[in-house]
Amino acid sequence: MSGRLIIKNGRVVDPSQQLDAVLDLAIQDGVIRLCGRNIDASGSEVFDASDMVVAPGFIDMHVHLREPGFEYAETIESGSRAAAAGGFTSICCMPNTQPVNDSPTVTSYIIERARRHAIVNVYPIGAITKGSAGEELAQITSMTHAGIVAISDDGRPVMNARLVRRAMEFAKSLNIPLIEHCEDLHLSAGGDMHEGVESVRLGLHGIPRASEDVMVARDILLAELTGARYHVAHISSKNAVEMVAFAKSRGLAVTAEATPHHFALADRDMRPYDSNYKMKPPLREPQDVEAVTRGLASGAIDAVATDHAPHPGDEKMQEFERCPFGIIGLETAIPLTLERLLHPGLVSLTRFVSMFTEKPATILSLDKGTLKTGVAADVTIFDLNQPWTYDVNKSPSKSRNTPFQGKAFKGGAVATIVGGKMVWRRDDW
Amino acid sequence: MRAGLLGIEELSRNDIDVILARSHDFQPPPQQPFKRFETLKGKTVVNLFFEASTRTRTSFEIAAKRLGADIISITATSSSVSKGESLVDTLNTLGAMRPDAIVMRHSASGAPHFLSRYLPIPIVNAGDGTHEHPTQALLDARTILDRRQSLEQLRIAIIGDIAHSRVARSNVYLLSKYSAQMVLCGPASLLPCELKSIAPGVELTTNMRQAIEGADVIMMLRVQLERQHESPIPANEYFQFYGLRPEHISLANQNVIVMHPGPINRGREISSEVADSQRSAILNQVENGIAVRMAVLERVLAPHTEAKAQ
Repeated sequence: MSGRLIIKNGRVVDPSQQLDAVLDLAIQDGVIRLCGRNIDASGSEVFDASDMVVAPGFIDMHVHLREPGFEYAETIESGSRAAAAGGFTSICCMPNTQPVNDSPTVTSYIIERARRHAIVNVYPIGAITKGSAGEELAQITSMTHAGIVAISDDGRPVMNARLVRRAMEFAKSLNIPLIEHCEDLHLSAGGDMHEGVESVRLGLHGIPRASEDVMVARDILLAELTGARYHVAHISSKNAVEMVAFAKSRGLAVTAEATPHHFALADRDMRPYDSNYKMKPPLREPQDVEAVTRGLASGAIDAVATDHAPHPGDEKMQEFERCPFGIIGLETAIPLTLERLLHPGLVSLTRFVSMFTEKPATILSLDKGTLKTGVAADVTIFDLNQPWTYDVNKSPSKSRNTPFQGKAFKGGAVATIVGGKMVWRRDDW
Repeated sequence: MRAGLLGIEELSRNDIDVILARSHDFQPPPQQPFKRFETLKGKTVVNLFFEASTRTRTSFEIAAKRLGADIISITATSSSVSKGESLVDTLNTLGAMRPDAIVMRHSASGAPHFLSRYLPIPIVNAGDGTHEHPTQALLDARTILDRRQSLEQLRIAIIGDIAHSRVARSNVYLLSKYSAQMVLCGPASLLPCELKSIAPGVELTTNMRQAIEGADVIMMLRVQLERQHESPIPANEYFQFYGLRPEHISLANQNVIVMHPGPINRGREISSEVADSQRSAILNQVENGIAVRMAVLERVLAPHTEAKAQ
């Protein structure tokens, strides 16, 4: 393979090298060759990135690809195409498939399917417990050898603290993080939305903030006990953000991610009984939205992740209390984060890029998130100002469950390059 | 086509005044038979109950018939839903038969609101989960107005399982539009503090005597154990602390009105002495249910008649 691609005149922003300058980027044989001024483009394919940002490939450390088991909702292929269309070059898939990714066999299956069918890099996350049933540990060591990058029982939090402790001990010895979906299942039982004035008004059962907070508190103490790397998935409550900041100030290896919907929407923004607003953790109150936003700005929250959770229309077209939790998010992550964090000036462009690249790469010890010479050429090219309207019906995802249908945005992904190959390019701007 | 009736919250005070005035027209004078009307002749109403109910379903049936409509009642138990047909499919199937309105009760909060986005047929909410029961609040208001000049400035105690009560919510929304004072009372585990913020004029207390002190109206709620995920209060303590007994009546204003949406659990939330006393308006509530539902059906199906009647 000798194709040479020159990305011309883009604003290259790479936090891993403290780089922010208008430069050319040369890619050859699938790797970054050179980043500099006025690179000779003769004989090369050229992409004119004038007025665009050229960044290391974006990483979404929290997606659900539904394969194996729920291919009617999403597949590794369709999910990877949605990722590319959202500007992501790497995605990490949660283990709540059927069967659960709790063994090296399933891990290898996912990796093999991804090798054949995915157009972006796919990194599996293994289960903490067998079947994510919360009763006995999964085969964490052999899954790690097979290629998982973290462990999590996402969606089915481990209620047994002793088991979490043991899992953290394994995770530490294997140098992978433990990712917790923080929800005390006794406190949240029967809940469909955040517990507050809105849930009382709508007569829906509430999920109190405390169900998240007590788990974050428990796990931070266990991280201190074990010395493991602990990562809070989709953080949504003010108290939880403060506790993570506190843990960081104590020098613990505690990190967190937030989803765009948790900093873009509050419970009162929900269209009543529309399950496209139903997810876990639930949309919380404006003070929580504010805390998550500020946590991302300050660095208390490290990364943005989507928790892309496809569900087909018929599952979401039911009584609110019967609908499953979760929304898709790969294609709206960049524009929502631009809208809520970059455009209002709450984060710099460097910090914006870092939340999607350097930070998740560091949390997961991935050899990604950088444009250093010699690494695989994963590049995300995005625009900051182009007005456009999101139409989920054009999404490569197999599901349509989003509250952002028809929303007007300013800026978004323009092209996605994985291993030197342009796997997606926006064709309607 | 005018929309159905999903809840009290979205109605204006004027909307409510019109319905209450019109339902007064439909109340028969004492000792006289009901009049029959032809207003809704040729209209078809489907009564679709996904949750067991005798009084509300029958009340809507009679109301529709007294207006000359054809009404068909279907009781879709939740087991038939779990056999596979989704709510949307059930309603689409019925919708294809082109009824003029659907009266619907469902155990899920918001089920009629969700459906009304997809169906062109007006839906009248006959109770959705723990959310609203608009015709109950309207008939409660009608019952109070039969005995009082106005709803304004009344002190109304609502006692029982507030958290899970659609009757409480609809009444709070309705009464707050008339600046009534409401005291919501129940065990702490059934009395979320957020209730204070859903409408103006709401006070909360866990002390029943305090709630009843000076009340013009006492609304008792049915203990709905089936709506609860846990046991919120030891069963043997409920009547002791939240059951309405004769000794409470003296704390209230003279001529206090005692109400209950039914069916009553004697000895659980209300003693027989009180339920059967002069103060009790429980059977008047049932009777008024028909007049109020006639007014609601007419409003939904023949709005011009309602307008002319004014």
